[in-house]
Amino acid sequence: MKVEIAKLNIGLALLLLITLFASLMAGRHWIPLNEWMTGGLRSLIILELRLPRACLGVLVGAALGMSGAAMQGYLRNPLADPGLFGVSSSAALGAVTSLYFGFAVSAYLLPIFALIGAGIGMAVLAILAGRSGSLILFTLAGVIISSITGSLTSLMISLAPTPFATSEIITWLMGALMDRSWNDVKLALPLMTIGMAALMMAGRNLDALTLGENAARSLGVNMTRLQWMIVIGIGLCVGSSVAVAGIIGFVGLVVPHLVRPLVGHQPSALLVPSALAGALLVVLADCFVRVLPSASELRLGIAMAVLGAPFFMVLLFKMRREVA
Amino acid sequence: MDIRFNALSLTLRGRLVLQDVSGHLQKGKVTVILGANGAGKSTLLSCLAGLRSPDNGSVMMGDTPLSEIPVNVRARQIGLLPQQADIHWEINVRALVALGRLPHKGAFNKWGGNSASDNAAIAKAMAQTDCTQFAERTAMRLSGGEQARVLLARVLAGEPDWVLADEPLANLDPAHQMDAISCLKDVSQTGAGVVLVLHDLTQAARIADHVIIMNQGRIQAAGTCADVLTHAQLADAFGVSVHIGKDENGAPIITPTGRAH
Repeated sequence: MKVEIAKLNIGLALLLLITLFASLMAGRHWIPLNEWMTGGLRSLIILELRLPRACLGVLVGAALGMSGAAMQGYLRNPLADPGLFGVSSSAALGAVTSLYFGFAVSAYLLPIFALIGAGIGMAVLAILAGRSGSLILFTLAGVIISSITGSLTSLMISLAPTPFATSEIITWLMGALMDRSWNDVKLALPLMTIGMAALMMAGRNLDALTLGENAARSLGVNMTRLQWMIVIGIGLCVGSSVAVAGIIGFVGLVVPHLVRPLVGHQPSALLVPSALAGALLVVLADCFVRVLPSASELRLGIAMAVLGAPFFMVLLFKMRREVA
Repeated sequence: MDIRFNALSLTLRGRLVLQDVSGHLQKGKVTVILGANGAGKSTLLSCLAGLRSPDNGSVMMGDTPLSEIPVNVRARQIGLLPQQADIHWEINVRALVALGRLPHKGAFNKWGGNSASDNAAIAKAMAQTDCTQFAERTAMRLSGGEQARVLLARVLAGEPDWVLADEPLANLDPAHQMDAISCLKDVSQTGAGVVLVLHDLTQAARIADHVIIMNQGRIQAAGTCADVLTHAQLADAFGVSVHIGKDENGAPIITPTGRAH
């Protein structure tokens, strides 16, 4: 199994690399490899627009994919989504606040607000769930935070000072990688690295949880510590991904599903391939929205749902036949 | 090191589930905890496993309080088979049994594969519990009894000094009940301490070196089978009258015959 998982990871990484190259060339203007380094406008497009965008796509996809895998492992539920803790909706509320007050004129303020939102969300989660390490309490606390922040976001939309602000908020909420710069990469990279490291450290404990909470504790798993590693890991990954790309659904839910049978269903083995496959999916979808001949670019969040939902339906259909 | 527990008391949701419970568990022996439903057997077992801290009293592993032993060290010393058979993902039997080796992996080699000693322990545990033939099958899709054997193999794979098992015979067919009993007996004969919560009085009488009868959170009686498994004690503990006899090989048979009045 170990060898098979290593092969899967290498395969996914190669595929990601190829897609990345293709995504740099693809767009409204096709820029072949030999023109990348010729200087002038075309190199500028590659280096300052497409490369940071592709890097962000990789980061966001990887963070969401791994968060989804960790979340499902932690809750022992294949339907868990990394947004379940309320981190993404609190980050969104932070970002929407900055749009509402028009702070977003300076490019770096919106992600900072989103991160502050995510931070507050995690802190509230910590206070609500306490040191219990209880999954039920934890999930309920997350659901409550999601619903409060979600309704506050709606309130902001309905009270937005100008129609322009309303439309800006709604568009932002749909998630996109449009017009991102290296600054966004610089912001997201360290946070996501720490987040993913925390999730990787939690990996083996998630395996033990396969046997239920009591058996896991008897195997030396400290449930409170595990809870913190998951909160910090998912908080940093999802919070920073919302900060730089808005809400992008489906990756965290679908990717671990697709990968799980390929790694023998072991939660720890799922983390890295889910990150790679998540990155692949986001980069592909972002390519797709760029080359689509529409008047304005389709939002990545929408594209993901449009692509993802039918796929998920087919998957469900297959599952239904297996269960029946 | 023996386990001593001293004056354990525990209140859960306003109900006193353990009251002044004391005792001594010896390594190399099989201790069976008996008692009616709700007598506090599983709670006592989880206190002994270090998963629950009593409100009062202490559990000592040798000279060290159990609560002061680091969890990873404790996990190597005490293997617990919980009552509920939880298997959440469709992992195969070998991978599940291998989870028993987690306490033996240090913080930095957790991601490494299984060492030769890991593999040997896993293979041995699967052979002991007769699981080898379905090593590659999905544990979730096995029958209840097969799952119970796999979960026992998981505990044995950790090669703990203490095996604590909550109703390890539930769901097993008669042949595999006997296999499990002899396997646990073997484990105790290699020097490990075995503590079992059982309901079957005959099986208890056959495997136990030491019996603890619990009744409403207290220890009603403790001692050897001959001392404890008597008509009077069993009538007190379970409210049943029993027939105590021997089979043709001289092994004890204890059968409930009716409600005691």
